[in-house]
Amino acid sequence: MMKIASFKDKGVAELLLALSVLVLVVVVAIPMILIFWNALFVEGAFNLADIIQVLSQPDTYEALRNSIVIAAGVTFMSTILGVFFAWLVSRTDLPMKSLMKLMFLVPFMLPSFIGALAWKILLSPRSGYINKLLMALFGLEDPPFNIYTLAGIIAVETMYLFPFVFIQVSGALERMDPTLEESARISGAGLFTITRRITLPLMLPSIAAGALLVALYSLAHFGVPAILGTEIGLYNIPTKIYEKIYASGGSFQAIRTGTILSAILVISAGFILYLQSFILKKGHFQVIGGKSMRPMLLKLRGFKIPLLIFSIVYIVVTVILPTVTIFLVGTLKTYGLSLSFEHMTLKNLWYIIWEWKLTKDAIWNSFYISLGASIVTMLAGTLISYVIVKMKVRGKFIIEFLGVLPFSVPGTVIALGVILMWSGKFGINLYNTAWIIFVAYIARYMAFSLKSNSAALEQVHDSLEEAARACGATHWQSLRDIVIPLIKPGMVAAFFLIFLPALRELTTSVLLYGPTTRTIGVAIYTLNEDGETVYACTLASVALVIIILGHALIKRVTRTGSEGV
Amino acid sequence: MAHVRIEKIAKHYGKHSVLEDLSIFIRDGECFTFLGPSGCGKTVLLRLIAGFEKPTHGKIFIGESLVSSGEKGTYVPPERRNIGVVFQDYAVWPHKTVFGNVIYPLEIKRTAKAEARERTMAAIGEVGLDGLEDRLPFQLSGGQQQRVALARALVSRPEVMLLDEPLSNLDANLREEMRFEIKELQKNMNVTILYVTHDQEVALAISDRMAVMDTRGAIRQVGTPDEVYEEPADSFVYSFLGISNFIPLTFENGTVCAGHSGRPFNLPVPDRIIDKVRMGQVRAGCRPYDILLSRNGSGLQGRITRVAYLGPIVDYRVDLAGVELRVQQDVRDVHDEAAGGLAFTEGDTVGLTFLDLKWFDEETPKEEG
Repeated sequence: MMKIASFKDKGVAELLLALSVLVLVVVVAIPMILIFWNALFVEGAFNLADIIQVLSQPDTYEALRNSIVIAAGVTFMSTILGVFFAWLVSRTDLPMKSLMKLMFLVPFMLPSFIGALAWKILLSPRSGYINKLLMALFGLEDPPFNIYTLAGIIAVETMYLFPFVFIQVSGALERMDPTLEESARISGAGLFTITRRITLPLMLPSIAAGALLVALYSLAHFGVPAILGTEIGLYNIPTKIYEKIYASGGSFQAIRTGTILSAILVISAGFILYLQSFILKKGHFQVIGGKSMRPMLLKLRGFKIPLLIFSIVYIVVTVILPTVTIFLVGTLKTYGLSLSFEHMTLKNLWYIIWEWKLTKDAIWNSFYISLGASIVTMLAGTLISYVIVKMKVRGKFIIEFLGVLPFSVPGTVIALGVILMWSGKFGINLYNTAWIIFVAYIARYMAFSLKSNSAALEQVHDSLEEAARACGATHWQSLRDIVIPLIKPGMVAAFFLIFLPALRELTTSVLLYGPTTRTIGVAIYTLNEDGETVYACTLASVALVIIILGHALIKRVTRTGSEGV
Repeated sequence: MAHVRIEKIAKHYGKHSVLEDLSIFIRDGECFTFLGPSGCGKTVLLRLIAGFEKPTHGKIFIGESLVSSGEKGTYVPPERRNIGVVFQDYAVWPHKTVFGNVIYPLEIKRTAKAEARERTMAAIGEVGLDGLEDRLPFQLSGGQQQRVALARALVSRPEVMLLDEPLSNLDANLREEMRFEIKELQKNMNVTILYVTHDQEVALAISDRMAVMDTRGAIRQVGTPDEVYEEPADSFVYSFLGISNFIPLTFENGTVCAGHSGRPFNLPVPDRIIDKVRMGQVRAGCRPYDILLSRNGSGLQGRITRVAYLGPIVDYRVDLAGVELRVQQDVRDVHDEAAGGLAFTEGDTVGLTFLDLKWFDEETPKEEG
């Protein structure tokens, strides 16, 4: 009845591990190694002097400085806004709090480069609608606002990145044990003292974690500086890499500068992530219980209405105004016309969806590349997470190390890495095909997939799988019958978490697209570059509608998915 | 049914050794309990038998088949060991109904549909869950989930059932009922049961034989519940099976003394251990209800340091020559009719009469449970 274990059974664990390692090595590790190799070695010899020479060129040096200035400004502004609004919705008696909370998270799903496009339309010095309106109203000689500045870039990025701080801090404020504050109150401390002496210090790890995330994203951010900075010759690291490679048509020197800048990005990202995990480990879980409790609320009294109005105005200005602008401008007969009804037409929409090959191709490309990449990334993420979370197998540390990599690699760096790897040097040339974008998306979104899948897997207790084995199921059968059905909601979530951002991806695709492989993001960006602002907005409207519908769908899917379990 | 033979099993995690050189034979069809403190390696032993872990050294046989061998590298995966396992956390699959959970082992074995259905319903009936077949686990209580796990483990008629603290998450009443039911099931199904627990009451109630393990994973004693309780091999076993008092014995000026007080321990000490007593290597052991308290009793005199009224019994701490003893008396025996209260209060001097004494070799205190 019982047989000695066959080779097939023994192989399951090793096979899964080998597959996971293979995926991560091909998709992330080799491109990364190629970047560092190209950055550090010239003609096979280690060359530090050359690196210094590249970095001391005025334009690369300036890009570095801009990246740091922008990241610092965005982090500072986002922290202030994020903490303030988080406190407002979780610790005060502000009316309509749950709606407010939802609205503060909306910027998360909106692509920031579309936001930048909207702000350019509203606040560009010559033709910005708001500038024109104010000049007409007050008879001004000069436009009052100029979005093409460092301050403009910082402001727009902040609008889209502050939710990182908001989420961290409001989550922590809600989970904080209220007895900590209550005991301070019993000791006679006033609310202001409590906030300053008890609440704020307890929140510091969460605030720092959110702020570091903002810094991480801002440092490597492409979209906003590309739309608002390039116009006046203001570059940060990612836009500089793009400019170098685009301008030179991929020359060796351009690639080299790109790899050096990329290496700097990766190292700073790794450092930021290390710092974040260090902070979270040190201070997060000691004071914050897992249960939701009801904290005491500050009565705003006379400030209630002014603060409510302030919050509503903030949401209207940062979320509704740009979105509406995109939709309206997208219907204009010609750019620059006033936003009155007689200048609007739906022909633009018809034209970009059915008639114009460039935009038609872009929509189609984005759709199938994203769909393919989402499915592959979701499945690979399930596999890798399973190995990391569940399996006891020798050599697991390799996968644990490789699994961290996708989190610290910015989109621009991924693009450069896949160019180095897949442009014929190793026998396969995917350059100018949709496949190179596909490969890059897998690397870019692997982190999302790993996060969602491992969270789902951690919910599945080991004994559930062991019970199946004891019932006579093989390892494969227990995966098929028990593990996969239980993590399905996590897998579906992972799919959408990849598919929706991939649909409007810009940073990576902009370095990889060829004549027939524009994506939606690239098409919007290049249309804007070419002065086709109206069509850029029409296409952006299409993207926004898809995104909004997609998020509504996620909500429904994840809700029905969680009911059964 | 099958016997289980464990030969010189060792399990190491890196440098950390959990089990060392452990051998035991579990007979066909018996209910065998591993009793030990938490962290003693009893769960690891069960997981080794189930095949969730591989031994570093040694062999495991289920029936006549060698299923694990550290030396030879033999390893039969759990699904081919023909076992049933019930886990401490139930491990009922949340996405399957009661019926879906219980029928799963038969589906895997590709049992004919009609037969599988019939056996599943029978198993569900056996554990008393009739009518709940279509419920999902979150609609069941903890006790009901535990029954699903039992039915699932029984339905494929395994040769050996492994139960890992299956009752520890249930409340006291349910625990008593379930342990009775497990015993009934075992009799009806004629299955070999290996049961792991740290609860001596369950072990005594359920076992045909039991093994008591110490914190280092070594087996101290194997025997029937009666043997283990009445003739404990050493003070560890004695103390693990219930509240226990130990009185160190010394030999001073030609007499046996209690503790180091120099006060004579004027109770009969068996001749066979008198040499050990002379060397100070013996302790006398007794249970709290093996001592009678009396107002003017002869024999050893002690002083009451604490009184706790627990309803049917009264729990005393008595100081006997520097050794603290726990004494429990039936409340009817210590009720003072005249005064309308308890006969003894803190500070009273009382006479101690020992009804039963056991003699143990001294051990290093660290090993006591």
